[in-house]
Amino acid sequence: MTGPVTTSAPQVLPVRLVGELGARALEVLQSLGRFGRFLVQAITYIFVPPFKLARLVERIHFVGFRSLTIVVLTGAFTGMVLGLQIFLVLSRFGSEAFLGPAVALSIIRELGPVLCALIVTGRAGSALTAELGIMKITEQIDALTVMALNPVRYLIVPPIVAGIITFPLMTAIFDVVGIFGGYLVGVELLGLSPGTYFGEMQTFVDRADVMTGFWKSLSFGVIVTWVCTYKGYYCGHGAEGVARATTQAVVLSSVLILVWDYFLGSVLP
Amino acid sequence: MIKVEGLRRSFGAQPVLRGIDLEVASGEIMVVIGRSGGGKSVLLKHLVGLLRPDAGRIFVDRTEITRLRRSALDRIRERYGVVFQGGALFDSMSVFDNVAFPLWEKVRIPATEIRQRVEEKLAQVGLQGMGHKNPAEISGGMRKRVAIARALVTEPEVVFFDEPTTGLDPILVNTIHHLIVELHRKFRFTAVMVSHEIPEIFRIADRVAMLHEGLIAECATPEAIQASANPVVQQFIRGEIESAPPAR
Repeated sequence: MTGPVTTSAPQVLPVRLVGELGARALEVLQSLGRFGRFLVQAITYIFVPPFKLARLVERIHFVGFRSLTIVVLTGAFTGMVLGLQIFLVLSRFGSEAFLGPAVALSIIRELGPVLCALIVTGRAGSALTAELGIMKITEQIDALTVMALNPVRYLIVPPIVAGIITFPLMTAIFDVVGIFGGYLVGVELLGLSPGTYFGEMQTFVDRADVMTGFWKSLSFGVIVTWVCTYKGYYCGHGAEGVARATTQAVVLSSVLILVWDYFLGSVLP
Repeated sequence: MIKVEGLRRSFGAQPVLRGIDLEVASGEIMVVIGRSGGGKSVLLKHLVGLLRPDAGRIFVDRTEITRLRRSALDRIRERYGVVFQGGALFDSMSVFDNVAFPLWEKVRIPATEIRQRVEEKLAQVGLQGMGHKNPAEISGGMRKRVAIARALVTEPEVVFFDEPTTGLDPILVNTIHHLIVELHRKFRFTAVMVSHEIPEIFRIADRVAMLHEGLIAECATPEAIQASANPVVQQFIRGEIESAPPAR
């Protein structure tokens, strides 16, 4: 009686495992497809009227203007730390004159776009996810849908466009403040001449460096708002679902920023 | 007006709707009753197109809505007003803006007329002078009334109410029911309401449908439902527990 049972069990287990693996792979593919379709849909509605300008202005204020204080603070201290550390390294080789370009290139090409994006993810991205998540669980998104109003047009397009507009601007502010932070330490504190700090910068920093920073910040603006709105729009049930979506949004945005930064850093001049 | 044929829907392995057949006539108040978690709200979400069924069809004036594309479905939804269970008011807007929102977005009329219509609707639900308040600053009963005002401000042909009186005290329950009947008498919309409020709903419904285990157990006038010989219906409307001890 036990014979057939003992012989069939080892066959069933691998089949079940393969089945579960396949189901999991399909689930991942499905969510990746939904993730991609979400962005395509949002980008399509950017160009299709009616345009929600008041909502866009409000989102620019929320994502950009309200992040300015923290962006300026972070930019200043990043520049000051860079100024101090790079000065210490360069002084060992007697090359303190290159402090200006070293600080400027580090900030303009890498630290400005990346740190700015990470900070805005923490401040505005998480809030975007939580806000959309609460709208989802309190049926406010369903209310828009049954009013025959497209929730993507109302809730997703404005933050994505706001991200595209504000991230490069905030990065530019971060860059300028960071460079002056480096100036404060290098020139005012450590005694480098102002002419050397800015003069060498003009020699070594060119338009391609600025454009690299610009393209990075622009793409980070899309990544952060895309991930954060997606996670909020498709969040799970209850307070726990919103909390999990917010955490996932911040983690995924941060990882994608770093991965995309490496990719762009290797393909852009 | 609305016809549901063989509607089936499962969530995972759990069948919730197992072949619903229901017809709602134009201008009537149809109340769907049934036990909590029995699929009443799921049925309502299918009627407004928020969920797609696994099988079955829903017709609105001979148009089958279950397979419509979004834009075509939106044209049907423009005739709808929906009152959600929790109100679903936009918490970033004031009470006035919540009620005005569908008009701003869907109806091309001057701002003065919008203001007039919103104030008129707020007065009809007994909330005149409350337009400046935020939804978080008003009581649950007021939020339900704002939701009713928002659903009716575009003067829809069909209004769906998802448990509009849940969690309210008996006086507010009667106030809201009275309000719905009054507005129905005035605007003659078709109403589909999901509710638990027994026996209050018998005073407002034209017909009552009892949903039980994913099927319509009975659909009839309030009088016929109350006199029904169906033990499931009797148990529900009397609120009897299944293993109740014999009455002394």
